[in-house]
Amino acid sequence: MFVPSGESVSDLAGFTLLMPAVSVGNVGQLAIDLIISTLNMSKIGYFYTDCLVPMVGNNPYATSEENSTELSINAEVYSLPSKKLVALQLRSIFIKYKSKPFCEKLLSWVKSSNCAQVVVLSSSHSYHRNDLQLRSTPFRYLLTPSMQKSVQNKIKSLNWEEMEKSPCVPEIRDSEFCIRIPGGGITKTLYDEGYSVMTPQHLPCHGKCQVLGDYSLAVVIPLRFFDLF
Amino acid sequence: MAATFFGEVVKAPCRAGTEDEEEEDEERTETPEDREVRRQLARKREVRLLRRQTKTSLEVSLLEKYPCSKFIIAVGNNAVAFLSSFVMNSGAWEEVGCAKLWNEWCRTTDTAHLSPAEAFCVFYHLKSNPSVFLCQCSCYVAEDQQYQWLEKVFGSCPKKNTQVTVLTSRHVTDYRTSESPGSLRCPFLRALKTQTLKEPPCCPLLEQPNIVHDLPAAVLSHCQVWKLPAVLYLCYTDVMKLDLVTMEAFKPVLSSRSFKGLVKNIPQSTEILKKLVTAEEIQSNIYT
Repeated sequence: MFVPSGESVSDLAGFTLLMPAVSVGNVGQLAIDLIISTLNMSKIGYFYTDCLVPMVGNNPYATSEENSTELSINAEVYSLPSKKLVALQLRSIFIKYKSKPFCEKLLSWVKSSNCAQVVVLSSSHSYHRNDLQLRSTPFRYLLTPSMQKSVQNKIKSLNWEEMEKSPCVPEIRDSEFCIRIPGGGITKTLYDEGYSVMTPQHLPCHGKCQVLGDYSLAVVIPLRFFDLF
Repeated sequence: MAATFFGEVVKAPCRAGTEDEEEEDEERTETPEDREVRRQLARKREVRLLRRQTKTSLEVSLLEKYPCSKFIIAVGNNAVAFLSSFVMNSGAWEEVGCAKLWNEWCRTTDTAHLSPAEAFCVFYHLKSNPSVFLCQCSCYVAEDQQYQWLEKVFGSCPKKNTQVTVLTSRHVTDYRTSESPGSLRCPFLRALKTQTLKEPPCCPLLEQPNIVHDLPAAVLSHCQVWKLPAVLYLCYTDVMKLDLVTMEAFKPVLSSRSFKGLVKNIPQSTEILKKLVTAEEIQSNIYT
């Protein structure tokens, strides 16, 4: 759940939420760190959850002696009201079997705070690229249907490439094709949740997944990343 | 995936810790029997808070049941032994309850009858001032049990007038610094504190990019989010087992406000500490 760090609760209606998927090479998390520190975003609260491994440390974006002693935890929310941006930073991995519950809680918060759109920064194993991907740029995007209408022209002008579908079961020759993001953490789950364009009343409840209906989601995935260990 | 020296491609652990594909596959192919096994394992790993005398579970969290102005938590053998010698020995403490939990680190398979000699997690309050609580936690609380522990101890209604102090130790190899390792004088203390704690800690704050994990991190996160004044004192040591020098490194914390009025006879406490260490030492010889 979102817990504000100050006394007042920020109004996030119409904001764009930026968040990382904990994915190979921690690319999304590093990018969000850069965004938060470059734009000097202020911390507005915590996303307190039992789904992430606990961790604490001192302020990673410290610029002076005074602000270096602020405590940071594993999931924090930062905002830049002038650009209607809010960023969720995740600093630890999911506890086993808790990634789906986390997605449900996250999407519930996104819906209740009336964010206009969600941008997920993710990454995928480079060794899964096909020949075409090896020869092209290492950057891909994915959009949910409601997002496609609003940003199609902008995407075209940037010459971005949409993430290609790949065989669902690579070992089988005539396997169906689907979106696969190996090493992408919860990216696929978030994308799949956003893809269902139906109102909550019409979706069957399977008990596990909370029905949230449609929301706007863009996923940006750099493909050229090696898992360093 | 990685290529070994011999050219074979093997699956290697991902630095981001994403085992998601395996987890998703497991969930998709889970049979009712698998789900039942998972449920039973979750039940076995449940954290239970038991009352001292009746050994029945507490209906509410510990701090919801008892008013608490001061809460000192020792996590790990060295911190536990330090508190036993310098704090518990100085006053009359009464056991209030204990946390029973089982995970793969426990050396016993009998989860119903964990003996006092096993790793433990016991709660005490000071008889002369029952709002002062102490927790001695020498068992390992696994990551899936840490939030359960927090819920059972702190509950969901945080009380902002409870001051929390956590003592723990870590191996110095976890400490990241640009200084040369040879120049580090072990053991040494570092602190992390929440925003609402106004009193400065009695040692330097933990420098970036160092972080803390496990139960101490869970407690401090809870206190930061719910605005409780809290401080974590972390002793970096190069000795993994119970060690006199490591335990004595905690001594500066005795001068802080958290321990005011709780410590009396320091020379006597040091003697008790030495006896504790001697009792724990086992003659180790590869020939015996």
